[in-house]
Amino acid sequence: MTNPNFDLWVYLAASPLLWLTLTIGTFLAAQWVAKRSGYHPVVNPVLITIVVVVLVLRLTGTTYDTYFDGAQFIHFILGPATVALAVPLYRSRQLVKAKALPILASLAIGAPFAMLSATGIAILLGAAPAIVLALVPKSVTAGIAVGIAGQIGGEPALTAVLVIATGILGAVIVTPLMNALKIKDYAARGFAAGLTSHGIGTARAFQVNSVAGTFAGLAMALNGLATAFLAPLIFGFFS
Amino acid sequence: MLFGLFILLACQLAGEIIARGMGLPIPGPVIGIVLLLALLAIQGWRQGAASAETGPVAKSADGLLANLGLVFIPAGVGISQNYQLVFDNGLALVAALVVSTVLTLIVTVAVFRFVSRLLPAKETQP
Repeated sequence: MTNPNFDLWVYLAASPLLWLTLTIGTFLAAQWVAKRSGYHPVVNPVLITIVVVVLVLRLTGTTYDTYFDGAQFIHFILGPATVALAVPLYRSRQLVKAKALPILASLAIGAPFAMLSATGIAILLGAAPAIVLALVPKSVTAGIAVGIAGQIGGEPALTAVLVIATGILGAVIVTPLMNALKIKDYAARGFAAGLTSHGIGTARAFQVNSVAGTFAGLAMALNGLATAFLAPLIFGFFS
Repeated sequence: MLFGLFILLACQLAGEIIARGMGLPIPGPVIGIVLLLALLAIQGWRQGAASAETGPVAKSADGLLANLGLVFIPAGVGISQNYQLVFDNGLALVAALVVSTVLTLIVTVAVFRFVSRLLPAKETQP
């Protein structure tokens, strides 16, 4: 009474092939949906893909460990993709030279402020320590943030989701907020967007203005570096 | 393409060795960024900036960065193991994210504007 369909499922569910194909296929479909929405920040392809994959795992009764055995090939690329941030950073060196002081000052204050404001509010509202530590690198691009969370004892999976949520929030808020504050300096606006909400904020900044986008990308890379160096100093004693 | 990927992996590997070997609490790939930046600066200085900006390493880096979103999906799906934690701390999480995001945007833009204004006005916009 062996069911050939069931046997096939047992085989596929345990092989990396199925979960790799599902992850990449869903991401491509989500990117298509995001494009159709005119790249609205709320229609985030990463968020859509995570929700769809979680639902598929739930519906098929697949454990995260089984899924990750396949998806780890994609996860591994986080490392080299993080190193790759050096290239846009190198290309921005003239920009850094021209605006060195405002860049350094806003980085020196913005990077710790992003960490301390989020963790401070969470502690005041009685959040569990695992939540507080997962919040530390929430403004940093996910590749670096997941590494930082692991270093200081936060939950990397939770950090990945908090990073995406912060990116979407910043991308949605930044333009109305800056307009309300009557700030017309697109270098400053872009730098704030990239420092606060990393790649998702940078993508949003490029839609508004190319100067803003360039400064946002620069802020994203610099804040990744600054937070990676500061987070263990400020929060390292927890772990 | 392969050479570019090799350099990216080699920088990450060197970063991991430095981080773990010296007991530094910094992710290996972050040290890898600094190492690659130094390599690009040396290449730019010896062969001209254009070769560092468009060489094989830059091409591989651009290819990876264009699909950056994909690489954090496996980690993000891990949220399926943390439902209870998120649910129990929902209010604190939402408040921390929203308030911190708004305040960080304001503080960063304010510092940037403030220090820009202190500088000699050689390239101020109208």
